[in-house]
Amino acid sequence: MARKPKTKAAKPNDIERRTRALVTPEGVTLHLRLASAGSRAGAFMIDALIMLAVLIALTIGAVLLLGSTGNAGPAAIIWLLGFFVLRNFYFTLFESSTRAATPGKRALKLRVVARDGGRLTGGAILARNLMREVEVFLPLIFLLVAQSEGFSNRWLGLIGLGWTAIFLFMPLFNRDRLRAGDLLAGTWVVENERPKIAPDLLAANDSARIDSYAFTPTELETYGQFEIQRLEEVLHRNDPDTITTVAGVIRRKIARRDDGNDRAFLEAYYAAARLHLERRLLFGQRKRDKFDSAG
Amino acid sequence: MSTAPAPAFGVRHFRAEREADWHRLEALLDLVEKKSPKRLTNDDLVELPRLYRATLSALSIARETSLDASMTAYLESLSTRAYFILYGCRDPLWRQIGGFFAHGWPAAVRGIFGETLLIAALFFASALAGYFLVVSDPAWFNALVPGEMAGGRDMNATAAHLRSTLYDRPDQGGLEVFATYLFTHNAQISIMAFALGFAFAIPTFLLIASNGVLLGAMYAVFVPKGLAFGFTGWLLIHGSTELFAIILAGAAGLHIGRAVAFPGQRTRMAAAGEAGRRAALVMIGVVIMLLVAGLLEGFARQLITDDYARYAIAATMFAIWTVYFALGSRRAHG
Repeated sequence: MARKPKTKAAKPNDIERRTRALVTPEGVTLHLRLASAGSRAGAFMIDALIMLAVLIALTIGAVLLLGSTGNAGPAAIIWLLGFFVLRNFYFTLFESSTRAATPGKRALKLRVVARDGGRLTGGAILARNLMREVEVFLPLIFLLVAQSEGFSNRWLGLIGLGWTAIFLFMPLFNRDRLRAGDLLAGTWVVENERPKIAPDLLAANDSARIDSYAFTPTELETYGQFEIQRLEEVLHRNDPDTITTVAGVIRRKIARRDDGNDRAFLEAYYAAARLHLERRLLFGQRKRDKFDSAG
Repeated sequence: MSTAPAPAFGVRHFRAEREADWHRLEALLDLVEKKSPKRLTNDDLVELPRLYRATLSALSIARETSLDASMTAYLESLSTRAYFILYGCRDPLWRQIGGFFAHGWPAAVRGIFGETLLIAALFFASALAGYFLVVSDPAWFNALVPGEMAGGRDMNATAAHLRSTLYDRPDQGGLEVFATYLFTHNAQISIMAFALGFAFAIPTFLLIASNGVLLGAMYAVFVPKGLAFGFTGWLLIHGSTELFAIILAGAAGLHIGRAVAFPGQRTRMAAAGEAGRRAALVMIGVVIMLLVAGLLEGFARQLITDDYARYAIAATMFAIWTVYFALGSRRAHG
């Protein structure tokens, strides 16, 4: 059961705008992130190139067969059927697999899911891909007509192209980035990122080292969850310049002297602040960021 | 003042205690996605839902108690992957195909019965219109039928020539290439008729009507020469299947167009989705019917030249389709 998250008063950034909530039958909310129009287009380009390569290989194969047998029949049949299957069923066959993605979508870490979070049926995959006929091939045909025909037909071709462009650019005009095919099939394309779990920063810290800094609660509450999680990213990335800068900023903020070891200071501060904030979390007090006075 | 010692309740130990489970779930999911669900042992199959629920519960706890962003993101991605594998699981391909023939296809065709009648009426009405247009003024013929399609079968053709187009074996071979070409061409046009249904079915109407007019115009050539009976047999031996398929494709397009334009009580999105999935099933059936029609047109029509045999095949094919669509799996699955 997918539904839209509550709209925020502040202007949401791009990632929030693309996030949709999915409540599992166990009652836990999972967040799906819709693919951006750019990555959709990129995935399609990769697939189009693969299809083109297969078509060229098919044609070369048919010509070789023609050359070796001297009979046009088998070569023509193989080419006609091959082209038909490629044009209509390339996307359908790949999206029917467990990963529900074509090679292009796989390369850009995308997959197709049913909008209601349920089963992705064969009918849905077929519907979303047969619609490509008007989204891709019809504009292509009009483009070729406009390219090759005389003056009157050229205008006809251009008008046709303008009309089919409505279908082609439909993902840009709706919030959920739906193609006509997605609309018709009840599907959407989501990001399929697999973040690795980073090593636990608390495990590396012994309490004696943290205690040696003797941070006060006020110092630990200077920042909130948002800043602590950014600090976590900085420590994972371990870029010396950033660490020096961040250590300097935090020391200034909590008025501590520079002891010369930036990383050790940051690690200790991170561990102490996280433990402190997590303990308060257990009592139901979440300090979202440094401006949050509830914490 | 120094901080209090770390609490006894182990937010710290939370991760250490469960991490092995998460990695095991990740390994199982990798196996299912990269290889096949068949690679899972019985133990894995029992473990998978348990690991999924454990991970989901860990995610809930982590969101409320932990500030480890990396861990929360990892748990969320892992839970999502497991969710789609457990709840979005699909039948194996052969069973999906079996289900399609056993109940999916006839049920989908029954679901668009009204649209099929309407499109059939439109098709035959435009065929009549085409016939009377050409009869009233033969100049219409050249306007309606493209030259390469008529292939000499125009208003000036002699009865003997027309008769030869109906009964003579083609001079050169290449029947199978012709059949393949007809199949792919017709299937492509039908898929187009389906997809254009999205534009409120107006292009679908035009496509069906133009095909009907074409048929009527051809009749106007054959009827005055006394060849109506022979032409009908020549046409229907494959046409009872092919025209049926084209009408079904038009009906599938209309079904979508109707749902988009008049969604009724449902939201427009829900109506379009339901109609689209049903119409797509009809379309796969249409492609199969056109394959049959291509074989009949490419082979049977050229090899069988007796009018009554042609009529018998046409009637048999029509009866098979009608009975299959009307009675196919009335009980199961709906």
